[in-house]
Amino acid sequence: MARSVTTQRKVFNTLLAWLIGLLIFFPILWTILTSFKTEAQAINDPPLFLFFDWTLENYAVVQDRSNYTRYLWNSVIIAIGSTILGVLIAIPAAWSMAFIPSRRTKDILLWMLSTKMLPAVGVLYPIYLLFIQLKLLDSRLGLTIILMLINLPIIVWMLYTYFREIPGEILEAARMDGAGLKDEILHVLTPMAIPGIASTVLLNVILAWNEAFWTLNLTAAKAAPLTAFIASYSSPEGLFYAKLSAASTMAIAPILILGWFSQKQLVRGLTFGAVK
Amino acid sequence: MGRIVLDKVSKSFGTTEVIPPLDLTIEEGEFAVFVGPSGCGKSTLLRLIAGLEDVSGGVVKINGEDATAVPPAKRGLAMVFQSYALYPHMSVRKNIAFPLRMAKLDKSEIKQRVEDAASVLNLTDYLDRRPGQLSGGQRQRVAIGRAIVREPEAFLFDEPLSNLDAALRVGMRLEISELHKRLATTMIYVTHDQVEAMTMADKIVVLQAGVIEQVGSPLELYRSPRNKFVAGFIGSPKMNLLEGSEAARYNAHTIGIRPEHLTVSTDGNGWQGVVGVSEHLGSDTFLHVQCDDFEPTLTVRADGELDLDYGARVSITPDLNHLHLFDHDGQRIG
Amino acid sequence: MATHHSRSAARMMMAPAVIVLLGWMLIPLTMTLYFSFKKYLPLRGGDLGWTGFDNYTRFISSSAFLPSVQATLIIVGGVLVITVVLGVLLALLLDQPMWGQGIVRVLVIAPFFVMPTVSGLVWKNMFMDPVNGLLAHLWKFFGATPVEWLSHASLQSIIMITSWQWLPFATLILLTAIQSLDREQLEAAEMDGAPPLKRFTYIILPHLSRAIAVVILIQTIFLLSIFAEIFVTTAGSFGTRTLTYLIYQRVLESQNVGLGSAGGVYAIILANIVAIFLMRIVGKSLDT
Repeated sequence: MARSVTTQRKVFNTLLAWLIGLLIFFPILWTILTSFKTEAQAINDPPLFLFFDWTLENYAVVQDRSNYTRYLWNSVIIAIGSTILGVLIAIPAAWSMAFIPSRRTKDILLWMLSTKMLPAVGVLYPIYLLFIQLKLLDSRLGLTIILMLINLPIIVWMLYTYFREIPGEILEAARMDGAGLKDEILHVLTPMAIPGIASTVLLNVILAWNEAFWTLNLTAAKAAPLTAFIASYSSPEGLFYAKLSAASTMAIAPILILGWFSQKQLVRGLTFGAVK
Repeated sequence: MGRIVLDKVSKSFGTTEVIPPLDLTIEEGEFAVFVGPSGCGKSTLLRLIAGLEDVSGGVVKINGEDATAVPPAKRGLAMVFQSYALYPHMSVRKNIAFPLRMAKLDKSEIKQRVEDAASVLNLTDYLDRRPGQLSGGQRQRVAIGRAIVREPEAFLFDEPLSNLDAALRVGMRLEISELHKRLATTMIYVTHDQVEAMTMADKIVVLQAGVIEQVGSPLELYRSPRNKFVAGFIGSPKMNLLEGSEAARYNAHTIGIRPEHLTVSTDGNGWQGVVGVSEHLGSDTFLHVQCDDFEPTLTVRADGELDLDYGARVSITPDLNHLHLFDHDGQRIG
Repeated sequence: MATHHSRSAARMMMAPAVIVLLGWMLIPLTMTLYFSFKKYLPLRGGDLGWTGFDNYTRFISSSAFLPSVQATLIIVGGVLVITVVLGVLLALLLDQPMWGQGIVRVLVIAPFFVMPTVSGLVWKNMFMDPVNGLLAHLWKFFGATPVEWLSHASLQSIIMITSWQWLPFATLILLTAIQSLDREQLEAAEMDGAPPLKRFTYIILPHLSRAIAVVILIQTIFLLSIFAEIFVTTAGSFGTRTLTYLIYQRVLESQNVGLGSAGGVYAIILANIVAIFLMRIVGKSLDT
């Protein structure tokens, strides 16, 4: 029911919203712009906004000197690996909770959620120690497992809420139409579940990509992902704004793009279905 | 094809018995309607026949064979669900073809049958759309199409019209009745709407709290309801039911009289009363009359042209040949 | 509905998830509890025996404890106030008809996807640097003396950075909640003669209360354990040593595992208090 709003009001809304939107986005924009400046231009006084000599030099330098590709590769493997592992474990669990609920389903779900609330720092040393013992310290496998564990509750929850939206009557209809269990899963369930699984994967890749407690504390040189790569810029070494910007842009660009696709899932995934 | 027999079938969820053991036979080619208020167990009964729920006791026979342990996919029954339960990711064509694909028919046969069903149901132009792009009535037709292509032993309908608007409902009611006449396949239809039951059924099964109150043809139920519940449930507007001294005159606990068996006049010597609201349907007028001698308001059917003011005094005479008498337990005694 | 067979299948399907999470919860938790009662200095003699509740009392009575609790509360409280208030206002604005709503949404949401180390460093160097930072230029432009953000206004700076990261989250959730409000309710209120402000306080705000509660609780849990933002900016100096950071320093920097573990137990208890309230709300939404 579209209410007619005066054009004047709409213009005002638009201007205000765009102003605030750009303000919030500005730090990212500024980082991207700076990544194309020379180091001298990056700290020019007054700051240069658009009119400078655009250069790709920083990207080349970051790439050459710091082995960016290795960090990127670590990030990709850890984020995707932990998500896939988590989804594989979560699908059967979420499935059975959604379609064969029992009296304890709710308790189990809430308990899973409660493990997500365990403060990481509370178990930092035990994990550190276990990692040394198991030779997992500074390994991609170790981080993959840890990130899978911290995101598993979210994955189970998201899948559960998606699966619950598949109406039971449709599965019954398939049964009445003569579909056996195999046909039911192959032709009815899977096609209906895939969008939900895809959204879950997307959000959890983002969460794992940006995780910055375990990735900083359990890695050194070998398995460090982009979070740690960027953190290495925290020790000031003279003029490095442009390079920091280039490195940052490369670290956030892929996930920013994925993130824009998953706005809706973000709400579902991070509120555990409590806000609809 | 399609004789369904329930022999002492019962159903419990945990410790609550929703359907005590009951017997029921639905003959070949019959249009049977299960009707009752919500929560009476009619849908559960249908799902027991479908095999979507396991019976707690008793035997379900389809065409004389024990089907109690047969999974729904193998019972040869087709079902139309209240929500239609169409597969959202498939086109109309694929939805209708699904049961045939499951039955492993060859492609040309499937194509032929789907197109036949579509033309019968006026869906030919929509075959390549997704269910989400269809109106409620069209979705309903797709659901029916999916049921008829496989030529089942019997059709099961679970409140199929309750999600449609009033005008569409009347149209679909007619279409389903016609389909039944043409296919002559057994149909079992669940509804809470007694008008649907009366207009479509060969046999009505009235249920209350999991118990069959009466089984019979629409007119049997209408003319001689076996008890007060059926009397009140079948017929619209409802039968007038009176207790107390009026009933005592006929040696009954309750007497019932349908609106059309009451005559209204402005100067008679029946029950005296005051006209409340008059509902003009054009063909008929339903008067709601508050009588002087008893509490319940009487509903009276009168001629469509009759125009009485609110508050007019009238007298009402019942047609004693159509008086229904019930005893203390609500059972019919005459 | 479900048969015996399907029930046991359900248990089988749930087993892997339940077992790994149970292990993830119990094993480190037990170890933390164990260490918290020990004098354990890996680099200075290792396991030096049981000490009872000594670590717990020492952790609380250390001069760093109270300031760390204070810093934690200021950061969590500050970020919550900023993100919830601005989030409600921004959600209300974004719910209005406008051109390019989709693009504005994308702009607003973006900071949430920036990894914490990046946002920490970008803010620290390119905005808050007292010489070359953009804020310093802005201050100079207006003739003011540039602020040395991370040393003189350290807590405010951390709050600012963290709020920037979490405002999108609050906005997005509150916007979702506003959009689920039945428009007819608002129109009914309008017909009843309620002016915009009254409609906000009597209809929109109560409708949002649950979403606000969820935002507060979830953010609290995440904010109690913010780490990277502090790690790359002040490394816990200038009064920004939160409880989480203090424990981290005890465990990994000074390698006093017993003391750090006792701190960890405190942190777990604190998080659980918040978690109980969150679980109540989430649990209720499961029933519907």
